[in-house]
Amino acid sequence: MIANLVGVLFDGIAYGALLFLIAIGLSVTMGLMNFVNLAHGAFAMLGGYATVVLMTRFNVPFLAALPVAFVVAALAGAALERLLYRRLYQASHLDQVLFSIGLTFMAIAAATYVWGPGLQPVELPPFLTGQVKVLGLELGAYRIFLVALVIVITLGLVFLVERTRFGAQVRASVDSQQAAAGLGIDVNRVFSLTFALGSGLAGLGGALGIEVLGLDPTFPVKYMVYFLLVVAVGGAGAIKGALAAALILGIFDVAGKYFVPGVGAFVIYVLMVVLLILFPAGLYGRRG
Amino acid sequence: MSADNAPPEAAGTVPAAPAYRLPEDRWHAAESVFWLIPVLAFFFVPGYLVLGSQILIVGLFAVSLDLILGYAGIVSLGHAAYFGVGAYTAGLLATYGWGEPLSGLAIAAAIAALVGWLASFLVVRGGDLTRLMVTLGIALVLHEAANKAAFITGGVDGLGGMTMWKVLGIFRFDIAGRVAYVYSLVVLFFAFLLLRRLVHSPFGLSLRGVREKRVRMPAIGASVREREIAIFTIAACVAGLAGALLAQTTQFVALDVLGFGRSADLLIILVLGGTGRLYGGLIGAAVYMIAQDILAGINPVYWQFWIGALLVIIVLFARGGILGGLERLRALARRSRA
Repeated sequence: MIANLVGVLFDGIAYGALLFLIAIGLSVTMGLMNFVNLAHGAFAMLGGYATVVLMTRFNVPFLAALPVAFVVAALAGAALERLLYRRLYQASHLDQVLFSIGLTFMAIAAATYVWGPGLQPVELPPFLTGQVKVLGLELGAYRIFLVALVIVITLGLVFLVERTRFGAQVRASVDSQQAAAGLGIDVNRVFSLTFALGSGLAGLGGALGIEVLGLDPTFPVKYMVYFLLVVAVGGAGAIKGALAAALILGIFDVAGKYFVPGVGAFVIYVLMVVLLILFPAGLYGRRG
Repeated sequence: MSADNAPPEAAGTVPAAPAYRLPEDRWHAAESVFWLIPVLAFFFVPGYLVLGSQILIVGLFAVSLDLILGYAGIVSLGHAAYFGVGAYTAGLLATYGWGEPLSGLAIAAAIAALVGWLASFLVVRGGDLTRLMVTLGIALVLHEAANKAAFITGGVDGLGGMTMWKVLGIFRFDIAGRVAYVYSLVVLFFAFLLLRRLVHSPFGLSLRGVREKRVRMPAIGASVREREIAIFTIAACVAGLAGALLAQTTQFVALDVLGFGRSADLLIILVLGGTGRLYGGLIGAAVYMIAQDILAGINPVYWQFWIGALLVIIVLFARGGILGGLERLRALARRSRA
């Protein structure tokens, strides 16, 4: 029973780690540009499809496809930011919501047109499949890989934000765009780079998530709620908050589906309502 | 300012500045013409009455969203929740032995209003993002509940097998949809009359105040929270009415009445028509559903792509939708005449 519990807990953590990886970009764009981007899942989907195409058409190994997924999604994010998103930073939230729903619809239709409506398969390398015995517990090898990778990326992100010049510029821009611009920080460049980085991470998350979340054209809508939840519960623009929120959601979702399958999907929604009532501005939110 | 320049008795004769008057709510000629269209459609395109009543129902639903979105500025991603509650209430009533249409409508609208009133306490907290999440979450919870309670609602198979009694004890719902169309049109028209009066009342005006400048409303003694709860409840009630109409006229309730797709489509319809005008929802519904009827038949995937592209274009270049565009054209014409 205890081993079972730990197994579920670990699955939940792996799931949460994946959510965090995808949603962190959304959290940052929301905190930095105050932009409600419902199309964020589309970048994750793009990363996923890039991986599938590379692996099935060009026989690229899974691990080598991951960085490409990151780059493809980051480039798409950078291009869209330059062309479209930038025009709407000052627009109302309603306009942003509509715009990003429109983009999501286009992404879904395009993906259906190119790859068909079915679930995409992914063949993991042998060392990432099966179970591994850790301290007497049977844990999924891929889950361990996921958690380890996300830990590394999170540490990298924290380093980037807290220790580098670019990170300082990002933090300054989050706190006050005007003051940051007044100090000579190129806020537009910070926005573009951050948006590209966030999209890239989403693409990487989408590639890693094919095995866990599944990949089909409805992906951006199916998981939109989860990504938004991470941001709303964690508080926009806070790495710590997003991480905590993603882990809480991941663990509760997996545990709910495992222990009480009859009410599985309710657990997460009820949890969300409770968390939002308790913390209207998010766990670590600075803005309402 | 000297006393002989502005004698006190003259102040009463000075006409009040237009800005302080209640909004003009006299019927415009264009409005009468507008309402003639669905009446004429009944006689001249009898083959499309089923589509026609769908448009009327979705139009009413869009008007209900306009109340909170266009007037009070509350962004909702889950307005289908109240539509679905109304649809299931009316559907279940008819399935389990009470097929009287008008009382069914009233009960469904009342239940939807109750659910909306309860939900409003969650919705009015927090900023736009929290509201998006909460409205979406409530709709998802109800969708999941209806899905899990398949023994009552029929789940994904939908709720069928209802027997509707005659409307007013006279008109039986016919297969060509003639009664359904007239019934929907009459309900829509009376609901619209009430709502039109509502948005032109001081209450409606104060909603616009909430939309334009939330923080200043308390300064003039108007509680934002109370107004938002009130309008959210009214909007839920109207959405429930629309849902009940759909259930009664089609005599079937599909699970997707509660789905995210319905809420998103509704947003598109309203934005396409133009927000904050009441008529925007009706025009948007007509344009959207006729286009969908023609284009989605060709290829549903293309339809979704183009509707997405249309949304992006509206937001970037054509704020205000169809009615906003017409208004701008009229302003242009007036300026060129002057």
